[in-house]
Amino acid sequence: MSAHDEMIGQATPPQGVLARFAAFRENKPHIFLLLLMMAVALLMMDPRTWVLLTISGLAMGAMVFLMASGMTLTFGLMNVLNLAHGAFISLGAFAGASVLVWLSSQASEPSLLINLAAILPALGFALVVAGLLGLVFERLVIKPVYGDHLKQILVTVGGSIIIMELIHVVWGPNEIPVPRPEALTGAFLLPESLPVIGGVALEKYRLIAVVLGLAIYGLMTWIIERTRVGILIRAGVESREMVEVQGYRIRLLFLGVFVAGSALAGMGGAMWAMYREIITAHMGDELMISVIVVIILGGLGSIKGCFYGAVLVGLINLYVGYLEPRLAAVATVGLMVGVLMWRPQGLIPVIKV
Amino acid sequence: MLNRILSGDYPRSRALSVLLVVIGVCLALGPFLFPGVRAFSMLGMICVFIIVVASYDLMLGYTHIVSFAHTMFFGIGAYGVAISTDAFGSGFGAVFIGIGGAVFASVLLSLLLGLLSLRVKAIFFALVTLAVAFAFLSLVTQLYNLTGGEDGLAVRGPRELGPAFRPFDSKVPGFSVIDFVVGVFTQGSIGQAFQDAMFEVRVNGRHLMYYITFVTSVLVFLFLLRMVNSPFGRVLQAIRENEFRAQALGYRTVFYRTAAVIVSAVLATVAGVLFALINRYVNPENTLNFELMVFILLMCVIGGMGTLYGAVVGTAVFLLAQNYLQDFLGLLVQNAEPGSLFAELAGPDRWLLWFGLLFVLSVYFFPSGIVGQLRLWAARRRERKVEQASSAPVES
Repeated sequence: MSAHDEMIGQATPPQGVLARFAAFRENKPHIFLLLLMMAVALLMMDPRTWVLLTISGLAMGAMVFLMASGMTLTFGLMNVLNLAHGAFISLGAFAGASVLVWLSSQASEPSLLINLAAILPALGFALVVAGLLGLVFERLVIKPVYGDHLKQILVTVGGSIIIMELIHVVWGPNEIPVPRPEALTGAFLLPESLPVIGGVALEKYRLIAVVLGLAIYGLMTWIIERTRVGILIRAGVESREMVEVQGYRIRLLFLGVFVAGSALAGMGGAMWAMYREIITAHMGDELMISVIVVIILGGLGSIKGCFYGAVLVGLINLYVGYLEPRLAAVATVGLMVGVLMWRPQGLIPVIKV
Repeated sequence: MLNRILSGDYPRSRALSVLLVVIGVCLALGPFLFPGVRAFSMLGMICVFIIVVASYDLMLGYTHIVSFAHTMFFGIGAYGVAISTDAFGSGFGAVFIGIGGAVFASVLLSLLLGLLSLRVKAIFFALVTLAVAFAFLSLVTQLYNLTGGEDGLAVRGPRELGPAFRPFDSKVPGFSVIDFVVGVFTQGSIGQAFQDAMFEVRVNGRHLMYYITFVTSVLVFLFLLRMVNSPFGRVLQAIRENEFRAQALGYRTVFYRTAAVIVSAVLATVAGVLFALINRYVNPENTLNFELMVFILLMCVIGGMGTLYGAVVGTAVFLLAQNYLQDFLGLLVQNAEPGSLFAELAGPDRWLLWFGLLFVLSVYFFPSGIVGQLRLWAARRRERKVEQASSAPVES
């Protein structure tokens, strides 16, 4: 915080600046926190490392955003806490990995176009499998326990065990190596002529993950803010009864959101599988922690908050992982606790908690 | 007398009473009824986990607080003793230093968690504890100088509690119930079976440790029974049923909730201490794993939430299933073709699949668990009797 204070303090007289700074902190807490974290990190490492870590952090944030967005909407819209979300991530990873292994001849070609013939089916298959399971899961497991948080937690934990065990049944209990398509391996070199950061090697896959994450964030924002379905979703988050009174079948709407959220989680899992290049059935459990931190950080039910939360989690993971690798997980949870102390509702709350 | 010991909270079902007495006798005389190392370690685990699950039930069943950090407190207790005996030698002094430090850490952490949960909605507590427990697990795994990392620590407890210590020279006779029953069926002669079932137990420090665990477990259970039937416990249940109303009646619900969380954390720590001393080895897998947390949740729900007797029944049933269901499933698929779907689904490694299924079904159809269902049946039967008694005079 001190670094930020000083930076602004030099530019303009203190009285008005402090007030404006406080207003900025209160009105745009997500941007404030993001800038603060990036500034503090910049002070603690050299700029080349910082650029590298920031890009990697954004890539991780983009993938975590894909996984978390479904869960935050499910909670915001229907007040359903789905702790089996991690199992959908694992399932997507395994589904995507099997397609990649199956199409490994296409995946190992150096041409991007031929690679795409393996990547798109892999992501698509992960999307479809996780989405279908989401449909079945909502009907069978979650539908009977609407409105009862305790039972939701119990039932979804049980459902998560069942899904993970079924993954063991289908794919076996061992870790599976995932071939990363040839065109996505390797790195771009930034031109040497650039000041300070010239010659930094950026991994291609991370850049693509950032682009894809931003694209999906943009698409979701467009759907939520500009389309009729989006209006209904936002209205449903705000007041469920009111939407029902207008004659919309909110159950159906919710089912759609749930399926879409599960499908996105599956796709995020498949991307994570290509990123890590090795997967286990319990990877979902570990990612689930990041997902939970993200949705608490962002404020339950908010897509924008979820995006910024994911970026924050990705960045702090990479920064702290570089400075002191052993504390990365602790820092992530510490960030959550800190934000909860400061703003109990999260950064951008949508629903009144 | 019995009323005082049980705090007026009887099992209220004949089947349940029988079940509890059987479990109690098996645990009390366990080392002399079941021969073998495996059975002995399992008895110890049942005693330890009765404490863990009963204290968890105080939160989950009586107050409807879902916490995923219960294994964290369990782990604090286990690691507290392990680290302190590692550093200060294997005397009783080191054990007590470990206990003191662990309980202090648990109280502090649970207080912080409780205060954090006050600021946010109840459902957040589940998510926050899940994240905090994960951070703790990763910290323990990473700080290998102190905790041994993934490899864990061997606990060098006091000599008096180890296998080398022998309080008596003579052997104590034991009587194997299972061998006796099997013998009666296979041989047909009760006398011969009785002879075969006799075995000898050489009492050593491990038995002493087992009985310390058993007595602690009984005392903790009776303490919790007292607690949930006290005015304090009533308020917890009031909060569970309708928090807003409890608040309106003038109870500071936040205070009661935090107190429940702290009590349950301290008891979990005690269980962790006993676990470290009886198991003599702690690592993240057997104390802090997320899977262990899910097991505790399963034990609590299958036994019956909101009934402390459910903790006893659930723990016994679950741990028996965990140990012996695998053997049973192994027998089941013995004749099945290896690699077939049936063999994959019913293989011994898939026992958790069936337990998960059972768990989900029991949440839907028997939300109050084994104990709740037994009580319900008993209550229905009593009702029928009352009806018959009251309708009989009218007919005559």
